[in-house]
Amino acid sequence: MSPIKVLLLPLLLLIAQNAQAQVTFERILNAADEPHNWLTYSGDYSGNRHSELDQIEPGNVNDLQLKWVFQAQSLEKFEATPLVVDGIMYLTEAPNTVTALDAKLGRVFWRYEYTPSNQSRPCCGRVNRGLAILGETLFMATIDAQLIAIDVVTGQPIWKAAVADPNSGYAMTLAPLIVKDKVLVGVAGGEYGVRGFISAYEVDTGEEAWRFYTIPGPGEPGHETWEGGGDAWAHGGASVWVTGSYDPELNLTYWGIGNPGPDWNPAQRPGDNLYSDSVVALNADTGELEWYFQFTPNDDYDYDSVQIPVLVDLDTRVFSSGKLMLWGNRNGFFYVLDRTTGEFIRGNPFVRVNWASGLDESGRPIETPQPAGATTYPCVGGGTNWYSPSYSPDTELFYVSAWEGCGHVFRPVEVEYLSGQRFLGGRPTYANPGAPGLPSLFRGPINNWTETEGTGAVIAIDPRTGGERWRFNMTDVTTSGILTTASNIVFTGGREGYFYALHAETGELLWRTSLGGMIASGPITYAIDGKQYVTATSGNGLFVFGLRE
Amino acid sequence: MNSLFRLSVVGIVLIFAMASSNLSAQEDEGRYEQTDIEYGATVYAEHCVTCHGDNGDLLPQINLRNGRFPNSPSDRDLGNTIRNGLPGTAMVPTEYTDSEITGLVAYVRNISNVPLGSVTLGDSVRGQALYEGKGECGSCHRVFGQGPRSAPELSNIGAMRSAAQIERSLLGTEGSLIPINRPVRAVMQDGTVINGRRLNEDTFTVQLIDDQERLVSLEKSGLIEYTILTTSSMPVYEQILTDEERADLLAYLLTLKGLN
Repeated sequence: MSPIKVLLLPLLLLIAQNAQAQVTFERILNAADEPHNWLTYSGDYSGNRHSELDQIEPGNVNDLQLKWVFQAQSLEKFEATPLVVDGIMYLTEAPNTVTALDAKLGRVFWRYEYTPSNQSRPCCGRVNRGLAILGETLFMATIDAQLIAIDVVTGQPIWKAAVADPNSGYAMTLAPLIVKDKVLVGVAGGEYGVRGFISAYEVDTGEEAWRFYTIPGPGEPGHETWEGGGDAWAHGGASVWVTGSYDPELNLTYWGIGNPGPDWNPAQRPGDNLYSDSVVALNADTGELEWYFQFTPNDDYDYDSVQIPVLVDLDTRVFSSGKLMLWGNRNGFFYVLDRTTGEFIRGNPFVRVNWASGLDESGRPIETPQPAGATTYPCVGGGTNWYSPSYSPDTELFYVSAWEGCGHVFRPVEVEYLSGQRFLGGRPTYANPGAPGLPSLFRGPINNWTETEGTGAVIAIDPRTGGERWRFNMTDVTTSGILTTASNIVFTGGREGYFYALHAETGELLWRTSLGGMIASGPITYAIDGKQYVTATSGNGLFVFGLRE
Repeated sequence: MNSLFRLSVVGIVLIFAMASSNLSAQEDEGRYEQTDIEYGATVYAEHCVTCHGDNGDLLPQINLRNGRFPNSPSDRDLGNTIRNGLPGTAMVPTEYTDSEITGLVAYVRNISNVPLGSVTLGDSVRGQALYEGKGECGSCHRVFGQGPRSAPELSNIGAMRSAAQIERSLLGTEGSLIPINRPVRAVMQDGTVINGRRLNEDTFTVQLIDDQERLVSLEKSGLIEYTILTTSSMPVYEQILTDEERADLLAYLLTLKGLN
């Protein structure tokens, strides 16, 4: 860490302690100015998951040692990103338990356990990805589609708002996003024929302020992309299960939208199916649509576009606009968009892709459907998935967790919509009938995702060219997010249970440790008393590292 | 007939063409493997027939033959229902193995096309004799502490693998070797060669059982060569055993369900 930052940290800590738990909107807006905290899901509104902390650097990263471990009581998948505010960590575990800890020692202040309705119908585990905070209130989106406000000091609920009906397949797994005096969430349920939406609630009361349906209703622009005149639009999915980003200058909040339903039978929903597999830019005050960009029209493959919108300002020598959005999509393409207008700037594959031969001038895929029974790349898991990418303004590189060489055969099947029931329209398989079934996304100690099914990688992409700067290969696929720091370190992990520090410029492995369980969330970093910490979830534990003293 | 079961009704091969019309709400019609359907029929006959009847229509309002399962639209849901039972009914939770669930789901999805009495499993007693004798399976595989360890242990094979998967292994079908079980060859820095069967692998290490039946863990950084082979040394039993003998052998393997 630079001497100036070392000196500043204790001062910042003193200031913060005086205002403990008073997290104003202005503080979140300027989160990069207090890197000792982690105030929102991606660290700040840009979705960069990048920290200015630099005490842990390539020259001393081998001195990292385990400081403490938090063992979750839940045995379900640990996908949460913690928040850290002035020395206190707020953490969720599945399904909807919140714990407040001393972020230096790992000791617990309080726990709040919410019991969701047993009518919850999550597609892929009762996971929760984290919290939002404003003032003295935490906000949690629950698996039974409720939004709960919780007192940061007592851990007791303040209000609960019913966002949607879990009996119809609605759920929430994402960390909410605070914008001004509203808390924003989106609904999951894309495998149950829901009609997705993003909605905003008054932070003080839980009253709904606005709602944006991710499938336009009759008479609304875009409704015509659900062709055929039936009610496909009403059960078309387009869910929202990962937190969006926010540009305060434009007052736009950006959200990635999930797959259309039924997932694998596009014949039941002819048309482009807006705004499935798109990014939408909404006015943060009203929820009105400013622009959209669709990555995968009439999706055949379940290529959710729920990835974190990564907002980047680059000079205009290469790009006509300096205000960019970078997107490593589940469909295997890397995109650069103008985040002011939604204009497509450039795009290219970052893993093996054969469902499209490329993108046209507008960014629309030039589709090349594979013959019946042939393998399509990427597989249903995608070239990447929901795992947080990172962008470092120091290296000006975009880092993405990738699944390489993973392909499936897609066989559409007619499926009847039944409320609250799965609405899938087929099942991906392997081309070789002798191959074993799809490996589980839940990984035990034995690798079940060998070279046959695909491998993992962290890929560093230069947004100026779309080209790959370096690649760090893994034997197993990866479910980890990525964190970069100002000291040119990439922290990430994988299903194998390794937690890595890579050199951000070269991809060189600087340090690794084996934590023993699959890493299924993104690392964060914070500082207390001038000492930097970095975290990783692995299996059912949260592991916190710092430099040896 | 390629099936390893003896069937009295050869028309069963029409299942794949006939199964789709009344199963439009299901995910996987036409994708069930004949061997699983047949194995499922035998499990059904043992566990389900008393209540559901030979034709699946014995219970009022629960006709398995119409292919409609509103509470179990996917095969996974149906498998869970079979395994977990239905609270408040006589259908109690039952500890089926994965291969039994695979078979039951496949059979129930196709019940209207498979006369229950038409399926007869091979003779597991004769199958055990073939395992130990003509088939020479015991020269590589191990069951309940007997036999070498070079090939995968089979004490639990009837629970771990579906009937169709075991059948494909016996026939030497391409891809039937489970990838994690692939043979590997490693050469150490000093030239020592280690051949073995892979047990686990990650980015930096591989765990295997070598040809001396030792558990070995290797760091890849310490190797000058590491090769994963994709072919199995297992004989192709289509050329060694008759159809009837393979049916008997499969019947025996399906009885191997561990200590449970």
